[in-house]
Amino acid sequence: MGAELGNYKSCVSARSTDKELLKHAQDGGIVTQLFAFALEEGIIDGAIVAANKEFAAKYPSKCMQDSSNFDMIEPWRPIPAIVNTKAELLAAAGTKYNISPNVSLLKEATRSFGLDKVGIVGTPCQMQAVRKAQLYPVGMRNVGASIALAVGIFCMENFPYQSILQLVEDHAAMKMESVKKMEIGKGKFWVYGKRGQVVQLPLKITHKYEQPGCHVCLDYVANLADVSTGSVGSPDGWSTVMVRSKIGDSVWGKAMAAGCFETQPIEKVKPGLELVTKLANEKITKNKKTLEGRATFGVGKALRNPYI
Amino acid sequence: MADKITVGYTHLSGCTGCTVALADNYAGLLTLLDKYVDLKYMPTLADARHIQQVDVSFVEGSVCINDKLAVEEIKETREKSAIVVALGGCACYGNITRFTRGGQQNQPQHESYLPIGDLIKVDVYIPGCAPTPELIRNVAVMAYLLLKGTKEQKDLATAFLTPLMKLAAKNEACGCDLIVDVINQGLCMGCGSCAASCPVRAITMEYGKPNVERDLCIKCGACSAQCPRGFFNTDVISQYEAINEAIMAALQ
Repeated sequence: MGAELGNYKSCVSARSTDKELLKHAQDGGIVTQLFAFALEEGIIDGAIVAANKEFAAKYPSKCMQDSSNFDMIEPWRPIPAIVNTKAELLAAAGTKYNISPNVSLLKEATRSFGLDKVGIVGTPCQMQAVRKAQLYPVGMRNVGASIALAVGIFCMENFPYQSILQLVEDHAAMKMESVKKMEIGKGKFWVYGKRGQVVQLPLKITHKYEQPGCHVCLDYVANLADVSTGSVGSPDGWSTVMVRSKIGDSVWGKAMAAGCFETQPIEKVKPGLELVTKLANEKITKNKKTLEGRATFGVGKALRNPYI
Repeated sequence: MADKITVGYTHLSGCTGCTVALADNYAGLLTLLDKYVDLKYMPTLADARHIQQVDVSFVEGSVCINDKLAVEEIKETREKSAIVVALGGCACYGNITRFTRGGQQNQPQHESYLPIGDLIKVDVYIPGCAPTPELIRNVAVMAYLLLKGTKEQKDLATAFLTPLMKLAAKNEACGCDLIVDVINQGLCMGCGSCAASCPVRAITMEYGKPNVERDLCIKCGACSAQCPRGFFNTDVISQYEAINEAIMAALQ
């Protein structure tokens, strides 16, 4: 096992056994099912997730409100929100492919939302933020010990909202409100319309729209999550799951015992960990080059390196 | 006990919020005092108030340079401490005392307040207003390991404290540091740590990036220090589970 996949205790290919839940899920419904189970068992009393316009209309008091979303939330714009029930979880399920600042609710979750055991889902960089908040809680009083389950998602890069808008409306020529699902897989960016139409864009097109901050990230598989998951490595409709921490191991074990997931050994599925490892190495190698480039960016002047 | 470290607490122009944050470790504070720390002097929590020779001194508040005693105290603190820790936004960056223009009873001539780093060399920064009980605890435990631990523990403590030592290179903080040091540098990835850590809700996330209401900002330095793209020492933070467990075990 190389360093590119981080430390993990176990790895499987899995999907939720809840057929209704899978209808709302991006792939194997891992995040939604794990949080639903943790809520039911009292392992968490709420979770911070990326919700959307429809969710915000139905549950306005559960969302992060600021001047940029108070009047209007665009379709497919993620809004960090607190969910306390399975119905709310389902309403927020699915990947949005643009920035949802979930960590911004981390302290508020323990304050106005009154949570003692917080669940949070996020990208690898957000898991880094969560762990930094636990070890160096500069402005995160009484937060670290309240984090009961942090689920990380595999991530190659993220997009600003306006990038997704341009990709969907200008490149894929679809209206944002008519999009049913977005997906990155098999080397393409896929946009599925509500009427059944499908547009695929080569990643060559999407690259220039990526958020620049992603290009210094050296983590593909959320090394610091309790449990990390993503579609890469598993067959369609399944997700690869890596159990990393003691907390993750305990929650995953209980969820398995309760019959929440069906699993296959990761060694038995195609394309398996080989592809995860390949993509992780690609990301890390590319971004290490970016970091090196930043060190000699100017004439005798460097851009800042956050890791030193 | 011989293997305790000696600690002092100098209180300058601060609101006692940092003292309260320290005390808010509750039982953890008692264990610290019981097993690891000999508190030599501290206004509010100890009988002894006068500055003495110590291993580590925490300083709360900025220095009023119109007050001779305050200037003498910060200099004496430096001279008598192996390690000086600036505790909280005022000691680190001036924080709310940056906004003073004097004219208050009963010392109307007191108008010039400096972060302690403008007058003495500071070793470690704990920013924030108030700093969190947990970070004060973590720094105290790490300072103990640095001075009394095994070789391995000393290395860990050094690695843990290094970013907080580097923060001491700069005596100014503002919410605009997020724009200058993170967004302008092409590093922001929109996690929202800054917005969560701001004690006065001056930061909101708009389209995944921080928007700083600078009229609200009190210059405590929490946001940019909490930002994972401010500093991120992967070798230490990736051991979060073991370090947290060790700290909790030490305070049992």
